[in-house]
Amino acid sequence: MSDLARAVLRLWPTLLAVAALLGAWQLAASSGALADALGLDSFLVPSPAEIGDSLWNDRSLLADNAWVTGKEVVAGFAVALVLGIATAVLLHLSPLLRRVSYPLVIASQTIPVIVIAPILVVWFGFGIGPKVAIIALICFFPIAVNALDGLATVPPEQRKLMRSLGAGRLRILTMLEAPTALPFVLSGAKIAAAVAVIGAVFGEWAGADDGLGHLMLVDNAQLEVARLFAAMVWLSAMAIALFACLSLIERRIAWWGEPAAARDERGGTG
Amino acid sequence: MAGVRHRFGPTEVLAGIDLEVGAGETVALVGPSGCGKSTLLELIGGLQALQAGTIAVAGDPSPGARTARSTWMPQSDMLMPWKRAVDNAAVALRLAGLDGRESRRRASEMLDHLGLTGFAGALPRELSGGMRQRVAFARTLLAGTPVLLLDEPFAALDAITRGELQSWLVATLASEQRTTILVTHDVEEALYVADRVALLSPRPARVTATIRSPRADAGTTRAEAISRSPFVAARAEALNALGAAA
Repeated sequence: MSDLARAVLRLWPTLLAVAALLGAWQLAASSGALADALGLDSFLVPSPAEIGDSLWNDRSLLADNAWVTGKEVVAGFAVALVLGIATAVLLHLSPLLRRVSYPLVIASQTIPVIVIAPILVVWFGFGIGPKVAIIALICFFPIAVNALDGLATVPPEQRKLMRSLGAGRLRILTMLEAPTALPFVLSGAKIAAAVAVIGAVFGEWAGADDGLGHLMLVDNAQLEVARLFAAMVWLSAMAIALFACLSLIERRIAWWGEPAAARDERGGTG
Repeated sequence: MAGVRHRFGPTEVLAGIDLEVGAGETVALVGPSGCGKSTLLELIGGLQALQAGTIAVAGDPSPGARTARSTWMPQSDMLMPWKRAVDNAAVALRLAGLDGRESRRRASEMLDHLGLTGFAGALPRELSGGMRQRVAFARTLLAGTPVLLLDEPFAALDAITRGELQSWLVATLASEQRTTILVTHDVEEALYVADRVALLSPRPARVTATIRSPRADAGTTRAEAISRSPFVAARAEALNALGAAA
């Protein structure tokens, strides 16, 4: 109970801000002021209450489609995590490979995903394949770059020390560089988590039978605006959930990232 | 350890150093900042490529053999923040292929021996600077090499802790059969800890003089040892030699 109370205490500014925003939106939408200002019919501008209705009334439709999109996101994210870390390790171990292929890693991020999504559908079909590929492509870059930077933050002196203590290249990587890079990999993964759902929507827009992105496309065509917003709420919730999972993992396995100042304050006797 | 001699670098950091350190001996290298003492130490340890000259440890001049037979201890403790004191101390044992239990057992024995009883399970951030440096020294000793290369191990500590650790180092080295090369810019520390002190000139460095430390009797405190007249005379001699070279 005290944990809950503390969580509420910590979160109340956020909750207050969200509540204020929703309240203002509700007022503006239900009074018709928002639609008038935009020069639209009022059914095109849903109020939070209408979105809430849709979230409840269409809950099984939304949940089924969210399940599809969720699987795509988790799979694409996992592929990006594996490929991103593997790429970072390879480029870290081989300066030549790094010089040759770092520009390619950067180029991977400049690919306009919306444009190549239809081609990927042609290549991989209507199944989960192209969605996973697109999500992985978007998530790959922040993970790979952060991992590479993390591996490079190990001071050369510390590598020298490990060599002096009898470590070969591989042991320096596993014993020293990998743990040092871990917090960096996790912050890259958190960035990737936030953009992964966007990748899923792009993938589904290019060709899909289900998923939240597909549902949004249908809702758009049918002017089911409230359900379109409801689908967005689900997408945000999924991204936040993934992000929260990663934050939790970060606290569990990369707990030592404490600022030096806090450490100095705690210094004991010599 | 056989003859140590080399020249290094296009910028002439070290202009031909000749030095021989006997087995079990502790030799301090003292010189002005930037004279290349640290470079010399890394060269001995095979951690930097030798450009000219030869360095042999126990008669073997190959860099691999030098790395295998010596352990380098830098000024910063470089403990891994995610490892407990005992695991930091045990790094070399784990690298040598010992299993976790046996290396922990030996590491906590060493920590006890070095006066850190009860701190084996502490994280580096929970330890003071002096304690962290002792964990780093345990890590160095546990590597088990015949040669120790200490690069200003106490320079980052406050004066009181430094004095305490100097006494502690003298006692520890007396109980260990190791050949030790200590780099420092502190003449007093050098004379107090080492058997012999080699004075280096400013860059490009060469050995300008070596002074035999006046050893105090066992049981003498550091404060007594460094205020006796042979010690004071040796310190004056060393400072003069350094001043004349500068």
